[in-house]
Amino acid sequence: MSTASIIETCTALYEDLNFESVRAWKAQNETRKVIGFMPVYVPREIIHAGGMLPMGVLGGGDQLEVIHGDAYYQSYICRIPRSTIELGLTNRLDFLDGMLFPSICDVIRNLSGMWKLMFPDQYVRYFDVPQNYQDDIGGTYYINELKELRQGLEQVCGNEITDQAIRESIALYNENRNAVREVYRLRAEQPWKVPSSEVYLLMRAGMLLPVEDHNKMLADYLAAAKEEDRPLRDNCRIVVNGSFCEQPPLNLIKSIEMAGCYIVDDDYMLVNRWMLNDVSTEGDPLQNLASSFLHDSADTAAKYCTSDDQVGQFLLDSVRETGAEGVIFAAPSFCDPALLERPMLVDRMAEHNVPHISFKYAENSGQMQPIREQAGTFADSIKLWSET
Amino acid sequence: MNATAAQTEVIKESSMLKQKSMIAANYDALTSTADTGRKVASTFVPGNLNELIMCFDMLNNLPEINAINNGMRKKSGAMIMDAEKRGHSEDVCTYVKADIGLMSKGNMAPNGKPLPPPDLLLLSYTGCFTFMKWFELLRHEYGCETVMLQVPYEGDGKVTKNMRDFVVKQLKQEVIPALERVSGVKFDIDRLREYLKQSAEAEDNLVWVLESAKNVRSPIDAYFGGVYYIGPIFTAFRGTKDAVEYYEILRGEIEQRLQKGQGPITPEGDMAEEKYRLVVEGPPNWTSFRDFWKMFYDDGAVVVASTYTKVGGVYDLGFRHDPDHPIESLADYCLGCYTNRNLPQRVDLLEKYVNEYQADGLLINSIKSCNSFSAGQLLIMREIEKRTGKPGAFIETDLVDPRYFSAANVKNRLESYFQMIDQRRKSKSAA
Repeated sequence: MSTASIIETCTALYEDLNFESVRAWKAQNETRKVIGFMPVYVPREIIHAGGMLPMGVLGGGDQLEVIHGDAYYQSYICRIPRSTIELGLTNRLDFLDGMLFPSICDVIRNLSGMWKLMFPDQYVRYFDVPQNYQDDIGGTYYINELKELRQGLEQVCGNEITDQAIRESIALYNENRNAVREVYRLRAEQPWKVPSSEVYLLMRAGMLLPVEDHNKMLADYLAAAKEEDRPLRDNCRIVVNGSFCEQPPLNLIKSIEMAGCYIVDDDYMLVNRWMLNDVSTEGDPLQNLASSFLHDSADTAAKYCTSDDQVGQFLLDSVRETGAEGVIFAAPSFCDPALLERPMLVDRMAEHNVPHISFKYAENSGQMQPIREQAGTFADSIKLWSET
Repeated sequence: MNATAAQTEVIKESSMLKQKSMIAANYDALTSTADTGRKVASTFVPGNLNELIMCFDMLNNLPEINAINNGMRKKSGAMIMDAEKRGHSEDVCTYVKADIGLMSKGNMAPNGKPLPPPDLLLLSYTGCFTFMKWFELLRHEYGCETVMLQVPYEGDGKVTKNMRDFVVKQLKQEVIPALERVSGVKFDIDRLREYLKQSAEAEDNLVWVLESAKNVRSPIDAYFGGVYYIGPIFTAFRGTKDAVEYYEILRGEIEQRLQKGQGPITPEGDMAEEKYRLVVEGPPNWTSFRDFWKMFYDDGAVVVASTYTKVGGVYDLGFRHDPDHPIESLADYCLGCYTNRNLPQRVDLLEKYVNEYQADGLLINSIKSCNSFSAGQLLIMREIEKRTGKPGAFIETDLVDPRYFSAANVKNRLESYFQMIDQRRKSKSAA
């Protein structure tokens, strides 16, 4: 199978705002349930272990006309909640049996309550996570939250979600995370072979497909991409940071690459890579999920950093590990976590002489010329004046 | 004659003078730590653990209050622009930027002396995501010790045992040891009990004062006046004898106003006729606070209940600090603050206010800076209109950024709203 045909499938999934693939999955058996989730992280293993499909809800992108959603939000609030409400009110999400709203910011937090009021027949949960990383404090709290989540999901699916089923799901998601990491590793090593627009679509497909199918898709893509013969360009290597919730339009990602930047790392869909290593499949699965969350998970602005010297360290490590020459801080307009944290990250990059630029976008940004110019100038400046 | 000269002299009652002297004394204490050696904890209004801080002989410095102070004194605009020049986004909370800007301008307190750097950042992460990044930013600037108290959000509209246990455990294992370490004072739970006893006493009187607005005509304005009434309990005085005395004096004053059938006191004296009774959701604008208030009392509009006055504790639903369960009580307090409650709970509370305070409607002052309050307010307004049949209105301002207060727009909207209420009344009486 060629990368082109795989990406064609991914593109069709990405562009389908009626989520026909998920509807088709659900229609195969009347007992099937679908649980939607928003960025940045939920333990999909528990949903999967209940025989349900976890489905990432990442807003409406640049192809959805938001009419109803704008009536729910002031102009100074980001776009993802309004397009998500649009999806809900136009019945595009009417097949969902539940929605999880992870702890990421006050807008998504409040959207959980709005969803409860607007869609009272759905199972709706604000999914809180610990910002305290001590096993006996934050860990205990989180394990109990996971137990509550499991109980709630059991009521949706009508089955007991056993420890063994969760262990088996963890194994499948470990496989998924390994494959995702492999795609990222390949892109960092040979970015000309793995365009970021393709990586993005591949990761987005994982938001809709059953994990088993996504695992196969990732394996097929990896095999095909390694065989691809694509020209190496004189691009600089950059990391994109700040795009972990509201997603940029695909054209923005393409524009960055067209402007002369190979994206060698990003934080677009962190749920795929939240756990940095395999979650243990031995013993208590909830404890294992909690332990990985506390001690072995990705960093993002939605998390508390326990010491100042650790702020930005994850990004700096990523720059070093991928051999990046610069960072593009690309955050959605009005994104509290990304924009509040940005000055600290900028300082950290400056301390280590990592070139960086910043801009904002919305999921429906249409004008790419300014982005191309900014990214292009950044790429040129790295090429011309970088000491490395 | 210009507008400033035309303003009549502000009337000061005993409670106001008392509060003023309390605030001045606290700023004097804060700005003299170099001489006294006292340690300073910075923390937030929601989830403010003032009694606990006092147990360690520490002073409480609240950056939100400093920002409000600078907003009311028309100084915050320059501070915010200064922070923006230093790379802080125009999209984020202006309290944060006013605070960062204050630092770059010498951290001057209202008494003209510099505030000391905090010895401890007590990050009470209650009901507001921005708090977490705000104190990370301050830690980045000050390099001081920071202790985090995560207060889980009431996503399902209730406090579970797990949530409460989590907060209690953090208080016992992290917050109290950090306070002991920084202050060098050993924790004494009996001292905490004494403070909490005084807190509860003051809270009883605060609730009585706020609920006096159920009277038609209301002796208080529960928003513009309310922000002064909550001052001591929300800031560095909850648990003190001063706060107990303040609320006794205040209650006495309001009792007298009730007996005399007087309306709220305004900066220009007693309010004349009470024409409109409103419930207000959202914080006030601070940079044009007086002008904003005047738009209400000039038209006979009284705010009879507000949610902003619950942001540092929802006491009118029954919660009191409990000396018999001191740590648990602090946990319950944090968990119950207004912005830690989910949207359906907030709607329920507003509906209750509109009905119990016989309000003509709900006015939302939507604040650009504060997504914790603002995200979802348009749905809140629709729900309240649907449930109560009373009209809602929506205005937009900001906390301390003067660029986002458009007096003409706000006044137009308010006047339209008052006309709408008049029309509803007429059509109701005609029916």
